[in-house]
Amino acid sequence: MAYEPKIIGFLCNWCSYAGADLAGMSRLKYPPNLKIIRVPCSGRISPELVIRTFREGADGVMVLGCHIGDCHYSTGNHRTARRMPVLKALLEFTGIEPERFLVKWISASEGELFAETVREFTEGLRALPPLQKTMQSACEAWPGAFSAL
Amino acid sequence: MKIGVYICHCGSNIAGTVDCEGVARWAGTLPDVTVARDYQFMCSTPGQALIEDDIRELGLDRVVVASCSPQMHEATFRNACARAGLNPYLFEMANIREHCSWVHDDRDEATAKAKALVEAAVLRVRHHQPLSIRKVPINPATLIVGGGIAGIQATLEIANSGFPVYLVEREPSIGGHMAQLDKTFPTLDCSACILTPRMFEVGSHPNVTLLTYSEVEEVSGYVGNFTVRIRKRARSVDEEKCTGCGTCEEKCPRRVVDEVFEVGLGKRKAIYRPFPQAVPQYPVIDREHCLFFTKGRCKLCEEVCPTGAIDFSQEDQILEIRVGNVIVATGYDLFDCRRISQYGYGRYPNIFTSLEFERMSNAAGPTGGRIVLQDGETEPESIAVIHCVGSRDENYHPYCSKICCMYSLKLSHLAHEKTHARIYEFYIDMRTGGKDYEEFYKRVQREGVVFINGRPAEIVPEEGRLAIYAEDRALGRRVRVLADLVVLSAAIEPRHDAREVARLFNISCNKDGWFKEKHPKLDPVATMTDGVFIAGCAQGPRDIPDTVAQGAAAAARVLSIIERGELEVEAATAIVNAATCVGCQQCIQTCPYSAIEFLEDRGVAHVIEALCKGCGTCAAACPSKSITLCHFTDRQLIAEMVGAMSAMWEEVVAA
Repeated sequence: MAYEPKIIGFLCNWCSYAGADLAGMSRLKYPPNLKIIRVPCSGRISPELVIRTFREGADGVMVLGCHIGDCHYSTGNHRTARRMPVLKALLEFTGIEPERFLVKWISASEGELFAETVREFTEGLRALPPLQKTMQSACEAWPGAFSAL
Repeated sequence: MKIGVYICHCGSNIAGTVDCEGVARWAGTLPDVTVARDYQFMCSTPGQALIEDDIRELGLDRVVVASCSPQMHEATFRNACARAGLNPYLFEMANIREHCSWVHDDRDEATAKAKALVEAAVLRVRHHQPLSIRKVPINPATLIVGGGIAGIQATLEIANSGFPVYLVEREPSIGGHMAQLDKTFPTLDCSACILTPRMFEVGSHPNVTLLTYSEVEEVSGYVGNFTVRIRKRARSVDEEKCTGCGTCEEKCPRRVVDEVFEVGLGKRKAIYRPFPQAVPQYPVIDREHCLFFTKGRCKLCEEVCPTGAIDFSQEDQILEIRVGNVIVATGYDLFDCRRISQYGYGRYPNIFTSLEFERMSNAAGPTGGRIVLQDGETEPESIAVIHCVGSRDENYHPYCSKICCMYSLKLSHLAHEKTHARIYEFYIDMRTGGKDYEEFYKRVQREGVVFINGRPAEIVPEEGRLAIYAEDRALGRRVRVLADLVVLSAAIEPRHDAREVARLFNISCNKDGWFKEKHPKLDPVATMTDGVFIAGCAQGPRDIPDTVAQGAAAAARVLSIIERGELEVEAATAIVNAATCVGCQQCIQTCPYSAIEFLEDRGVAHVIEALCKGCGTCAAACPSKSITLCHFTDRQLIAEMVGAMSAMWEEVVAA
């Protein structure tokens, strides 16, 4: 049987989690790889938490929040917008492909966009080897470089 | 630790794709799980009793329910736990319906995912801590923004229940668009006759503080305890002394085109009340046009005022008020018909917007109720009413403005009554849903109005009149109609500053810019911000009966909060561990609510619980991990994530 990527999604309670609920209510289909974790705001997601998620065995991580300007906490997602690109660059630097980490704004009314996003993200990961493998081969290339992870 | 796990079938909603019994059996093997059951409907009374009985009899100290979205029933199950004496924060929910059974077809895959979600919830709940629910007193005063019929209705409902209301209106008088209308469909009540008694009631109500010519500048706080800063613009008239006699208005030598109330058709003075029945009665001086303010001389109003109420030195006042709830009823703007250049509005004479025509038809309007051409004399021999100007048009507004079909019919009826003109209506679809609306349509048909099914392509001046080119879809051929006067039934659109207002009150807007309700069907006047409600056209196009109903509904929601006296607020707030805080103050910078203060003497940050909304942005920012967001701690999130993946591992291993 083919490899199936493991995906963890951190979704803000007010927009993206509700968007995922709407996808359910609309019976839109997407692959079961994603497991959703609800957080009050995408601003709650610290870079460490994302790194930890990769370390625990995730092949992909999604951070989804409200559109800028629509944040339930007014500017919580402004922090997400600033932190996550830095994290993404860092992950890429350490050998984790950018396709494995997605930050996106999905509102409560965008169930369709949510389902489409999950489908695309999952497909993208299926095209990659498991993260463990990526890291192994990277470690072989630069021994000791990833012991910190 | 004793955890109870409950898997809901939700009829066949979940059980149709997930093997609920299998998941329950498997959940029984997870660490610390004392009991795992599956049941048809966990949210039903017997379903909840199942949890309560187990808490009491088995001594459960943690509960997990795997069913629908927590948005749906988290509160239900938390309450069930609380009834049985368990702290509601020792409960966790796994969403195996919206996020699992409804989005996956394959039974094995869906069951495996349900297991993963249940394991995540079980591992997470082991780290839950009991939290105490805080209660805050509710300020019984209410702020209502917008003095149109929605705001007026809400004001009266609340004020008549004995609670104080602050009604803030930008214009010098309350009344809104309804005060401008001539008759109202389908009953043809005179708009002013039914509105002005209510306006008067608001103006004289002992519980109402009326702040006209004022705007809200800043809002802070939270449900039950908002602090609002209001700018009360200088009226240049002392409200204590003015009796509203109107002598100043009469004598003022400066005449100005009235762009607001008379929509550019009529004139007013530089010191004015928008209309004779204005509430409050005090006039304002329009400083942009007043001769004294522009040229430094005149002061005629001051001379003639019998009570010495004119005060040229008056300045804007900043008021700070405290309220418990807010109703935003800021209404709509009329679509600018100039944007559709092929209809020639603003370029050719005798093309009016619906609101202009409404003023013309109004006996108190600029023409005294006579329907005439722009020369002010000639009665039109033929009138064309064009529907959907700016509505149902991908280039402008894709939505239906809902009220235009009915007001177009009303305007045709009024024109029929007052002139001998032949009347044509160009429409796409006739939408007359509403009590007695269809009957009114039939009546206007019987009156001889010609209905042409087609949206006009162009209006051009020909033969000294206006030629309307359209396609008659019923006949399947092109038509050209000559009219002396054209009425454009303009769309209604969100206020030009709706998004700024939305930001002020923390309301979301939909893509068109209308304020978004909490739930389109089941919570139509609440917003995502507790204590902030919306009513009237600010939420979307609607007619007067619906607007009044919404105003009353918003008032009812506010009253139910006021009556409770105190409110439970989010217990999941952030706390600082003063022992490890290094005082870098990064958290203070990130907090959207300025809820974190720096204790200078101890050199550490401190969360002001009453202001914290529990977003957790600070917790993610803290470099020394000294801030914890209760109920969303790192430990809880990591346990949940590990749980979600450990069952995933098994899927992979099994494969």
